[in-house]
Amino acid sequence: FRQIPAGTSTPQLRFIASSASNILSPVLDKDASANQEAMSALLRQMGDIHEAIRAGGGAAAIERHRSRGKMLPRERIDALLDEGSPFLELSPLAGRGLYGEEDVPSGGLVTGIGKVSGRLVALVANDATVKGGTYYPITVKKHLRLQEVASQCRLPCLYLVDSGGANLPRQAEVFPDREHFGRIFYNQARMSADGIPQIAVVLGSCTAGGAYVPAMADECVIVARNGTIFLAGPPLVKAATGEDVSAEELGGADLHCGTSGVTDHYAQDEAHALSIARDIIAHLPPPPPSPPSSSSSSASSHLPTWQEPLYPPEQLRGAVPADPRRGWDVRCVLARVLDGSRLDEFKSNYGTTLVTGFGSIYGQPVGVVANNGVLFSAAAQKGAHFIQLCAQRGVPLLFLQNITGFMVGRQAEAGGIAKDGAKMVRAVANAQVPKVTVVIGGSFGAGNYGMCGRAYSPHFLYMWPNARIGVMGGEQAAGVLAQVESDKYRRRGKEWPAEEEARFRADMAARYDEQARPEYAGARLWDDGCIDPADTRRVVGLSLAAATCNIPSISTESRFGPFRF
Amino acid sequence: ATMSTTASEPRKLKKLLVANRGEIACRVLTTARKMGIASVAVYSEADRLAKHVELADESYCIGGAAARDSYLRTDVILDIARRTGADAVHPGYGFLSENAAFAEACAAAGAVFVGPPASAIRSMGDKSAAKAIMQAAGVPVVPGYHGEDQSEERLVSEAHAVGFPLLVKAVSGGGGKGMKLAEGPGELLGAIRSARREALSSFSDDRLLLERYISRPRHVEVQVFADTHGNAVYLYDRDCSMQRRHQKVIEEAPAPGLSEQFHRHLGEAAVRAARAVGYVNAGTVEFIVDTDRLGQPQGGRAGGQEGGGGEEQEQAFYFMEMNTRLQVEHPVTEAITGQDLVSWQLAVAGGAPLPASQQEVAAAVARGGHAVEARIYAEDPRNGFLPGAGRVRRWRTPRGSTSFQLGGVRVDSGVREGDRVGTYYDPLIAKLVVHCPPPASGSSSEGGSEAGGREGAGSSSREAALRGLERALGEIQVSGLPTNIPFLRRLAAHPGLLSAAPAELNTAFIARHREELLRPQEVPGEVAALAAVARHLLTVRKQAAAEAAEGLTSRLGPWGAAAAVPLADGGPAGGGGAAGVSGFDSVRLWHKHRRTFAVRHPEGGEGAEMVASLTVLGGGDFEVQSKMQNTAAGPPPPPPAGAAAAMTMTVRCARLTTDDSGDDDVSSGDGRRGMSSSTNGHVLTAEVNGRRCTAHVMLYGSTDDEAEGGWGAPVTSSLDLWMAGEHYHFTWTEPTWSRKAGAAAAAAAAAGGGGSAAAGAAGGVRGAVVSPMPGRVVAVMVAEGDRVKAGDPLVALEAMKMEHAVAARRGGVVRQVAVAAGGQVGQGQLLVLLGEEEGEKII
Repeated sequence: FRQIPAGTSTPQLRFIASSASNILSPVLDKDASANQEAMSALLRQMGDIHEAIRAGGGAAAIERHRSRGKMLPRERIDALLDEGSPFLELSPLAGRGLYGEEDVPSGGLVTGIGKVSGRLVALVANDATVKGGTYYPITVKKHLRLQEVASQCRLPCLYLVDSGGANLPRQAEVFPDREHFGRIFYNQARMSADGIPQIAVVLGSCTAGGAYVPAMADECVIVARNGTIFLAGPPLVKAATGEDVSAEELGGADLHCGTSGVTDHYAQDEAHALSIARDIIAHLPPPPPSPPSSSSSSASSHLPTWQEPLYPPEQLRGAVPADPRRGWDVRCVLARVLDGSRLDEFKSNYGTTLVTGFGSIYGQPVGVVANNGVLFSAAAQKGAHFIQLCAQRGVPLLFLQNITGFMVGRQAEAGGIAKDGAKMVRAVANAQVPKVTVVIGGSFGAGNYGMCGRAYSPHFLYMWPNARIGVMGGEQAAGVLAQVESDKYRRRGKEWPAEEEARFRADMAARYDEQARPEYAGARLWDDGCIDPADTRRVVGLSLAAATCNIPSISTESRFGPFRF
Repeated sequence: ATMSTTASEPRKLKKLLVANRGEIACRVLTTARKMGIASVAVYSEADRLAKHVELADESYCIGGAAARDSYLRTDVILDIARRTGADAVHPGYGFLSENAAFAEACAAAGAVFVGPPASAIRSMGDKSAAKAIMQAAGVPVVPGYHGEDQSEERLVSEAHAVGFPLLVKAVSGGGGKGMKLAEGPGELLGAIRSARREALSSFSDDRLLLERYISRPRHVEVQVFADTHGNAVYLYDRDCSMQRRHQKVIEEAPAPGLSEQFHRHLGEAAVRAARAVGYVNAGTVEFIVDTDRLGQPQGGRAGGQEGGGGEEQEQAFYFMEMNTRLQVEHPVTEAITGQDLVSWQLAVAGGAPLPASQQEVAAAVARGGHAVEARIYAEDPRNGFLPGAGRVRRWRTPRGSTSFQLGGVRVDSGVREGDRVGTYYDPLIAKLVVHCPPPASGSSSEGGSEAGGREGAGSSSREAALRGLERALGEIQVSGLPTNIPFLRRLAAHPGLLSAAPAELNTAFIARHREELLRPQEVPGEVAALAAVARHLLTVRKQAAAEAAEGLTSRLGPWGAAAAVPLADGGPAGGGGAAGVSGFDSVRLWHKHRRTFAVRHPEGGEGAEMVASLTVLGGGDFEVQSKMQNTAAGPPPPPPAGAAAAMTMTVRCARLTTDDSGDDDVSSGDGRRGMSSSTNGHVLTAEVNGRRCTAHVMLYGSTDDEAEGGWGAPVTSSLDLWMAGEHYHFTWTEPTWSRKAGAAAAAAAAAGGGGSAAAGAAGGVRGAVVSPMPGRVVAVMVAEGDRVKAGDPLVALEAMKMEHAVAARRGGVVRQVAVAAGGQVGQGQLLVLLGEEEGEKII
């Protein structure tokens, strides 16, 4: 692990008691019950999608899988995790609808964060019931994303391997490029060098490139009979050398534990393998100690201390107006996310379309940046200021996105909205503190950048089921494109038939809307998952804790380039 | 009630050495302390941490764990007596208590032996000589004929004199050979001839003897006391007919259903017996009572001829033997007489006259009500009552119970939480004594209480005592080792015992009702649900403790196990009213976490198990689907009816609190045992399908505080749950993957064609033959490579002075012998690993 710079420490789990007058109002949107109904429909739909995804490759494939004494990937994870540990599964929507007829639930890979033997770990589990666990392009992307999370959060990686390797028909999309298959092993090597443990458990086949997952791991376990590792399987060997050899002889547990030394631990069955993996994790060094000064009560009590919000989280399902054009106060969300419903607001009278302030989540200090309308220059400057403040103090940032963009128009441009927006983007890009973004409404245009969209590498990014993301809204896009289209007609001296234009606008709006939805975003890994608004506090809390748990201290040394004045 | 501790003049004892251990040592030491007598305890190396060691003023180690190396070492014990200046030695019961040579050696060493003179021990020690002495003293013995005249005519005429039914036995016989029963005169000649033939062919000795056959005997014994001044009294009787293979299980005083006259005759006969051998101090004269001749308890049989009835009754009891020591069951006598028998013993040993006269004793007993005692043993009734052993991980006695002194509920025990029981010595954990005085109305007639009146009062206080016993048994909590408590509870509650009818109350009671007393325990839906929730919550608590010990709790924050299920009395500070549980338990997105597991339920009979699916709803709410099933394979009959459909229960607001009900004995205990009540027991409260339930729960593993079995022993986890007086015990085995055994098992499994190794399946490795109990290996009958058939003995174990052969269940080839003769093994430890024989599979 990295050296801990003297004198700095990650403040964690403090019972923050600021002035009681800073408790947020319980007031919800006036149409909360109607909003909740709209949200319920979305939640049901999203729940059904996830349920179908958890069924993996279908009943027949599952039965075949089980007949070999194998567990399903989520069962393996359950068996591995400490009982009662949360499992923060990431990107279950990956791969949805990406390959036409070919259904690849969860991208053929279950990833997430959980606790094993008291240590947080990042998990990757192949789902062999989905196309034999082979790597589609999205599988590679998801695997790499998990490694990115692990690397950012310094979480030990556990690979539960049961995969046929690269999806051969799609080799051009998975093999050669920088962010393709090879990057997995590159990451393993780099993370290992950086002191982030890499553990592999071979529960099925690891063929060709796949063989390098265990081979590149720091320690690996193999299951007798089911686990095999070889660069080329029996058919290829036969073709290449004429040798007749069984898979077990070629690369089974006996060979690799007894002769080749490719694997380190011999497991009788899956339960045994996972139990060995737990023991391996138990021997990893514990996370860096908490600073002793972090909590006045930590010396006497080992119990975490925090205050729950004053208002129930389920009310968040009624927070967002069903009509996306209607304005609402984001503070009603904060009142149900922050400890004690408390927000110590910063610059509350200035740039009021952005809410900034300090609070805490499960005792973890957090700086909040939340949209409350269109971003004007003042709001952008306030955001930049506040982000710099958090970066200097080492306070993690929580972005709540509900943004149609920066203000446009003559007055805004003349006021330098572009350079003020740039200030906020520059601050976000360079702030070296853990960042979590939740899209709770719209995420459009440059607002997405200033509010720490995917391109700004937040540690975690989630979307609510009602969230929409895109360069602009469907209606605006339809309007802009229709304008362009009708100009073309006009240049050719023709008239665009009204019904054709209407159809064009409708199609375009529909396409934009389709592509703005969380299912679409999740399928492509633009985010880390869609969450129930009621789970926001828990998911953000777990994410923040995962981002800081293994970091000796949050950097207070962010460096920014010149802000344009 | 106060105990009489009068010890008048002669020579008050100054220092007493207690040459015993366990419960009786503690019993004696407690009274010694009350009487102001200094005390010396002795202990073996295995008993260094035992309770009796701490109760004495001085304690000395006298040798190794085996009794012959310590508690039977007369020389070492007397050397300690000399060194410490002890002027008296109390032998307790067992060990040296009936050893005449030891009694003499004490005298030679200048210490009073608290017990009878050596001569009395010797006289009573020789059973046939004792019978002759008794006959001479007018104490009835079982009628019979032991004469030299073996002519058929003589035998027939003697047989008619003895009466029927009658046993014809070979003089040299044994083990039932050459023994014939003649129900009536018609069967007599046939029995004599057949017994003679058998005797001749089996023992080359055709001599026969005749004995009255007592088909429904009761065991009734009389507590007697004699002093050195020629006084002797009886402290009334005890019924010990509740026996299992000659081991007393429940004892009561006074013996129920007997007339005042019968009690008196019995007592006077016992005093005659004591006087006949010059007895001094406490002794017990055991009689066998023939219930067939006893007639109706109220003397109904006597009918018209008063004298004849008395005669008949007098002949209904016969001397069996005399125990020349204080008995295990003496507390029931203490209860009805209000006396402290150990203080009597010490007073008499010091030369004082008996503290009370016969009249005083009779008066006390007249208002003494009824007392019952149950012996709580570490044994496994369902497994042929095999002695059990282990660490007492939990030991809770009924609220308000007394210890080593009179009380409504009295628990005498030499065991504390954390102690090990049954490995080297008697597996007695405790004696539970419940005493109920007669109802107020009965006691108003006091002085002139007639036999009839007392009978009525006696039977109702007997009923109250038995009910109290059942209740108290339900309040006692023992875990960490098998006990006979469930068996005792059923026995105490059995209507047959309550009725005390002659047809029921005899020594065959337990054998007769065996099936009912051992019927499988049922698990109500609520209990199954609570057990599933408790297993989960306690597992998480355990993890929370481990994280706290590593200093990870605040680091992990919401991820920590402490955030998943905080204790209701120590959750996240300011968790805020309703949100006392923060709901991080098994968090999953878009679905609820569900976990399925199977656990064994040994009290449900062989192969019984519970399969439960626990869905974590968050905030202490759960849904539990459970099913009781039986996996016992093959011929044994299918599980009892009702072992069918799964039940779904909703558990709301489950909360764990630490259990602080531990007695002072425990909290004063030091950390050396590595156990504290706070980490050990929890109380689980929850609403199950709308009903609020409270259960005591405990989770532990066989290797939690020390390796019990060692190499090859599977790690067994146990969940104990007590609710509504019933103790539920569930176990599961972590699969064992010991390298060597594992590799062989893997080979066997591979040959058998794999198959999914269901996690937690009973028994662990296939083909592994494990020790059914803790013990010492006395012989290994097989060697690696041997072929064995089903039923072939593999290893002989010795435990509790008995040898048990461990046999192969299936045939096969011995792949591995994991133990050697002389070694100590733990329960469940691997003994032998059997592999497959060609064409045969090991299950």
